[in-house]
Amino acid sequence: MSLFRTVSARRLIIFALASGWVVLSMSPASASQLQKNIAGYASEAKARDKTFEAFSADRGRILFSSRPATGKPDTPSCTSCHTSSPTGVGQTRAGKEIAPLALSKTPDRYTNIKKVEKWFRRNCNSVLGRVCTALEKGDFLTFMIAQ
Amino acid sequence: MFVNRGIYFTAAAMVLLAGTAVKADERYKPVMDQVVAKECGACHMAFQPQMLPKKSWQKIMDGLPNHFGEDASLDAKTVRHITAYHLKNAADSSWLGGKFMRGLSKTSAPLRITETPYWVREHNEEVPGRAWKDPKVKSKANCIACHKRANSGDYDDD
Repeated sequence: MSLFRTVSARRLIIFALASGWVVLSMSPASASQLQKNIAGYASEAKARDKTFEAFSADRGRILFSSRPATGKPDTPSCTSCHTSSPTGVGQTRAGKEIAPLALSKTPDRYTNIKKVEKWFRRNCNSVLGRVCTALEKGDFLTFMIAQ
Repeated sequence: MFVNRGIYFTAAAMVLLAGTAVKADERYKPVMDQVVAKECGACHMAFQPQMLPKKSWQKIMDGLPNHFGEDASLDAKTVRHITAYHLKNAADSSWLGGKFMRGLSKTSAPLRITETPYWVREHNEEVPGRAWKDPKVKSKANCIACHKRANSGDYDDD
């Protein structure tokens, strides 16, 4: 097949397979719901900043690993409860286990937008002392989906 | 005389009831409401409402955006639902008064179950200080670490 012969076409196919891998491994309904949620944040981010192009897993990683300490004293960072690894099993301050944030470990995460918004509202306020922007939320999800 | 018989019967029943109370002392009605179980149980065990008086639950539910050092805010409808359940089942919700009212004045409203005189007495007598430092326990709010059936209201395993 001539399509597979050109290098750029081959690259394109590999990229498409790689980026679709996580989403494909989920059930179709939850995968599309997750994509809808991210698209929602993307249009919100675009409305706020016209130069917005795409979410970045790298920025998401930096947000997750940073220690802002601008919120409540007991929760200086995401990692205070979620461990320093997205695949780690976290623990609330009350001792309850928290399922890993990485989508590969907890495939039913991030599909229910009400739940996603509830936890961003709570945890951004607890850790950062403010609400998160759509850009931060999208970056964070993009990072966790890739984990 | 029937009256005397009645008194004897009542006395005998009380002795029997007291006997069962000693054997199955620490049983509480489990949280039956699904919203309460889900929302309260997201970060910690959904504590049985019988463990604090109404005034305490009201204060806790009014202060969810700063809930023991974290934002645990919920939408207004869910807050109303959870508050109603807790007020209905609180330690002082029945005329008899729950065990957790012992040593509490009618006006006091502790925010932590672990600050009630009853909880303090029960745990000071039996729990060594080092147990609280175990990383698996982590917090005094983690009832399940030791009371394995705490979720179903059974704290009789000590």
